[in-house]
Amino acid sequence: MTAPETRIRSVPMGEGPSGPAPKSLSTARIGIYAFLFISALFFLLPLYVMVVTSIKPMEEIRLGGIFALPTTVTFEPWVKAWSSACTGLDCRGISPGFWNSVKILVPSVICSIFVGALTGYALSFWRVRGANLLFAALLLGAFLPYQVFIYPLVRIYSATGLFSTIYALVLTHVIFGLPVMTLLFRNYYAGIPVDLFKAARVDGGRFFSIFFRLMLPMSIPMLVVALILQVTGIWNDFIMGLTFGGLANRPMTVQLTNLVAPTEGEIAYNVNMAATIMTAAVPLIVYFISGRWFVRGIAAGAVKG
Amino acid sequence: MKQRPIRWSVYAGLTPAILIVVFAYIGTIVWTVGISFTDSRMLPVARFAGFNQYIRLFGTERWLTSIQNMVIFGVLMIGISLVLGFLLAVALDQRIRAEGFLRTVILYPYAISFIVTGLVWQWILNPTLGIEQTVRGWGFESFRFDWIIQKETAIYCVVLAGVWHAAGLVMAIMLAGLRGIDPDLWKASRIDGIKPWRFYWHIVVPILRPSFISATVLLSLGVVKLYDLVLVLTGGGPGFSSDVPAKFVMDYLFQRQNIGLATAAATTLLITVLCVLTPWLYAEYFRAEKRKD
Repeated sequence: MTAPETRIRSVPMGEGPSGPAPKSLSTARIGIYAFLFISALFFLLPLYVMVVTSIKPMEEIRLGGIFALPTTVTFEPWVKAWSSACTGLDCRGISPGFWNSVKILVPSVICSIFVGALTGYALSFWRVRGANLLFAALLLGAFLPYQVFIYPLVRIYSATGLFSTIYALVLTHVIFGLPVMTLLFRNYYAGIPVDLFKAARVDGGRFFSIFFRLMLPMSIPMLVVALILQVTGIWNDFIMGLTFGGLANRPMTVQLTNLVAPTEGEIAYNVNMAATIMTAAVPLIVYFISGRWFVRGIAAGAVKG
Repeated sequence: MKQRPIRWSVYAGLTPAILIVVFAYIGTIVWTVGISFTDSRMLPVARFAGFNQYIRLFGTERWLTSIQNMVIFGVLMIGISLVLGFLLAVALDQRIRAEGFLRTVILYPYAISFIVTGLVWQWILNPTLGIEQTVRGWGFESFRFDWIIQKETAIYCVVLAGVWHAAGLVMAIMLAGLRGIDPDLWKASRIDGIKPWRFYWHIVVPILRPSFISATVLLSLGVVKLYDLVLVLTGGGPGFSSDVPAKFVMDYLFQRQNIGLATAAATTLLITVLCVLTPWLYAEYFRAEKRKD
């Protein structure tokens, strides 16, 4: 199997770096460190700007810009961003968006992983007619731009009364998460010995009982990878939330763009940046906790683009 | 006959996937393509209009600009990310200190949404707030860095943010590839006295070819889907100078209420992706399987 995620494994931690061993602090090594140092600054710069600006009072931003370290530290922007910053006439901060995202996230993650695992299981162990066709169609679904699907989906959701409900968003995430989830589990199950499956069949296992009692418990590692992928992917979604969420179910990303949209008067950059950090916090926490698992999921998950 | 109930449950298990493929994928694509051949504006009408929408689309300057921007973004973002990601992976592979920390720092942007990426870079690049303002504050009054508000250069700001977001992904893929290379190769090259850069260029790069291909495919998916980043970073502006196809479609669907033109644009995008994708998908998934059998 040469699907991306099987080919690109996580960086094996046991094996050390393979480059030539350093003899002394040569010019080349100084160059390498300088390159890495400058690159690290480039990658850290936006995070630095957001954190530093979010704890500065507005006067300091006006005088010193967004790069200077704060002379007085205030957490007022954070409080304001969470609970009282205004989006139009709605002055409840970003917190409603956070809770909306949580409400969207939990069922979407569970449903999409479940359907993906089930489909991957069916496609790898059971001889089904048209399985290749189904798989090919799923792959195409993973790669095509959403713009091709979006208008008819709006019409379908409107006709069925799902439009601007949580259900529409959950369904949408299941629909567009299915290809990657299926791919992930199909490849994982491909690595499980067929004899194990055959033994379960001989013991009288049926389609669903083998799935729930044998395969699902065996797929814990893949479930973790899928969880990481879907939590970050769905949390970071913007276009689906914008299109199908309506006003009541705007996820945090959509609400953030409304919150920071320029209004009359001075733009409260510190509040905006605090809200931005909060929106980035969930996937960042997932990233920092999961470490190498995140890398493992990357290649598969990146298929989603 | 004993097989029957089991077969049924297999199809029951596949029902969600089949429904999704039939209705949400194929059905919607047929629908979208269908609308593009009508002269629908605000609401879909069933009046066949041939290729009129496509003729109009390719006579629309904004569409041509957005295609051009997609190409610029695609070539530069993928090119720079591949080079930077590879160099970072090579540098990280030199038994350096704090490797774990650096890896984390380089990869974290990939966990962040395009919305957040776009917003923060928009602040940094904003001439009255970010880099330009700060450097002027240091006393260089004539310093200029206003790419984001210039028509000719706004798209390069999108490239910059895109590279920031994606380079870590390339690094992770390349580092995994580097760690998979047979250590004996390094020993042999050292014994032979081959210069390190020659070794990397002539031996390591060819070995990592699959990693380069994977990374390129993964990045190019993001190119076609590029929407949120542009929306918050430049808003497609100034004017429509940094517009991209996905944003063009969304605007014409939901703001300008011209669904005929929007679906024609979406269909064009679809055909482009299919042309690039089908050979690769076939080679990657189906031919490989046959070889295994």
